[in-house]
Amino acid sequence: MDERTNDLEAARRAVWRLSGTNLAKPLIPLVVGMIVLGLWQGLTQYDHVSPIVLPSPLAIAHALVNHWQQLLFASWTTLSITLAAFVLAVIGGVALAVLFSLSRLLEHALYPYAIVLQVTPVIAIAPIITIWIGYDRIDLVLLVLAWIVAFFPILANTTLGLRSADHNLIDLMRLYGANRWQILTRLQLPTALPFLVSAMKVSGGLALIGTVVAEFAAGTGTATGLAWTITLATRNLQMAEAFAALALLSLLGIALFFSLSALEWLLLRRWHESALKKPQ
Amino acid sequence: MIQFVCYSYNLGESGDVTTMPLLRLHRIAKTYDGGLAAIRRLELDVERGDFVSLIGPSGCGKSTALRIIAGLMAPSEGAVGFPEGRPGIGFVFQEPTLMPWRDALSNTALPLALRGVPGSEAQMRAREALRRVGLAGFEHSYPRALSGGMKMRVSIARALASAPRLLLMDEPFAALDELTRQQLNDDLLKLWREDGLTVIFVTHSVFESTYLSQKVVVMTPRPGRIFDEIRLTAPLERDETYRLSAEFSADATKVSRALKLAMQDGSEAAYHNHTSAMA
Ligand SMILES: Nc1ncnc2c1ncn2[C@@H]1O[C@H](COP(=O)(O)OP(=O)(O)OP(=O)(O)O)[C@@H](O)[C@H]1O
Ligand SMILES: [Mg+2]
Repeated sequence: MDERTNDLEAARRAVWRLSGTNLAKPLIPLVVGMIVLGLWQGLTQYDHVSPIVLPSPLAIAHALVNHWQQLLFASWTTLSITLAAFVLAVIGGVALAVLFSLSRLLEHALYPYAIVLQVTPVIAIAPIITIWIGYDRIDLVLLVLAWIVAFFPILANTTLGLRSADHNLIDLMRLYGANRWQILTRLQLPTALPFLVSAMKVSGGLALIGTVVAEFAAGTGTATGLAWTITLATRNLQMAEAFAALALLSLLGIALFFSLSALEWLLLRRWHESALKKPQ
Repeated sequence: MIQFVCYSYNLGESGDVTTMPLLRLHRIAKTYDGGLAAIRRLELDVERGDFVSLIGPSGCGKSTALRIIAGLMAPSEGAVGFPEGRPGIGFVFQEPTLMPWRDALSNTALPLALRGVPGSEAQMRAREALRRVGLAGFEHSYPRALSGGMKMRVSIARALASAPRLLLMDEPFAALDELTRQQLNDDLLKLWREDGLTVIFVTHSVFESTYLSQKVVVMTPRPGRIFDEIRLTAPLERDETYRLSAEFSADATKVSRALKLAMQDGSEAAYHNHTSAMA
């Protein structure tokens, strides 16, 4: 009797432990995904949902295979613009934040305009930027628009991070003869790093959204990214192709997020609390 | 009051003309922006090699005074003088204030790195400083992996690494448990004796100030000024036996009583009564 309850208890613990292990963690959402896809396939196959409303997963897979060249090219376009906008946003945001930390005057003068840029919906700026830069350089238009969206979180967080440096440490460094540059590079920038990295995770996603929105808003014919693929496909009621492009967009977003999480782990694992593993 | 007068007269011992003080605070006053008077008319000589504690109620301007001595802040009035030249100064705060992205060794080497000491020599000296505070073997530990007491030791090692002549400590052990604190007190005394350092040590604890100091400086409530200076005559070598001795408790009682008087009668009138009673 005692033994049996012990066995039961042990079994329950084993299941519980398995669900908490590293192996099971990515498996759980995968299983959920499979079930949803199965239900989706069944629904579209037997319940006569029109493929124009909802194409089946298999049809989407077909579209992926059939149009792979075009889709791959579109993915590359969207990805390259997203990455370029993101990198430029990080460079620009950090550079401006450093300038702000060196000069309060500059911060007072420019920060409000950074906010204006942030709160104005990008979709409203898109036509104007398009006219300014020109339809013949639509990639540049997309880059600028995506940059505008991705830039602000970097600027805001890095500015905050640079300002969060421990005042006692600043005093200590001054006492030991540090100059402004040493305080910036040895104290303020490392302090700002966790702030910057978490802003990068937000900003990476925003760069993708910015690119997509910009493609929708500005891309009349010359843009060739995934968003434009979706626009064209839905216009022709090729829903499977539209969903294929949509799936690729999600995939890009997920890849971006995981890459940035990995970067965060690499940069902060040795010292930052956020990377500290809980003791078992 | 009579008892009080009895021990106060040895204030005059700084009249010894053969030695110049290391540090001379001349009528220091500090009023912060916004008009808050933190300290007023602070007058203090610190002899070379002395161990001086500053004790006083919270907010009386002890930290302000230390920051002014360190040159991190200018006084509103008065002057900080170093008659024989400004010595190298080390500073230890109440919190360890370490850089979490640097390991213990690299944190300790910070003052040397800032001064442009070449990497290998800086490392060697930092290693030595860590050894002296009892942290040999923890050179490559990051602050988050160290206990509160160990972090404080790194902080002291960092101050030692710069080879200061004057060590300023602002309630360095206030956040530690009693045992760790006593251990660090003993270690600090040892370092002080070995290096011939001059230490100015801010604390809230009567016992800590009595145990550590050669001289206890008692401050009044804000705006702080010096209420009394108590020279302690206990031997340099202090240990557990001293902590339990009658001499220690007598000294602690003196300090405690002066502090109580300073708290109650910090007013101008009391100050004059006190000083005239001394004369
Ligand atoms: N930067 C500042 N600006 C304005 N007022 C300040 C500033 N720093 C300290 N003060 C004020 O000056 C007074 C003295 O402060 P200080 O920190 O020197 O006191 P303290 O004796 O060290 O106190 P504690 O024992 O609590 O550490 C306090 O009333 C405090 O509020
Ligand atoms: Mg203080």
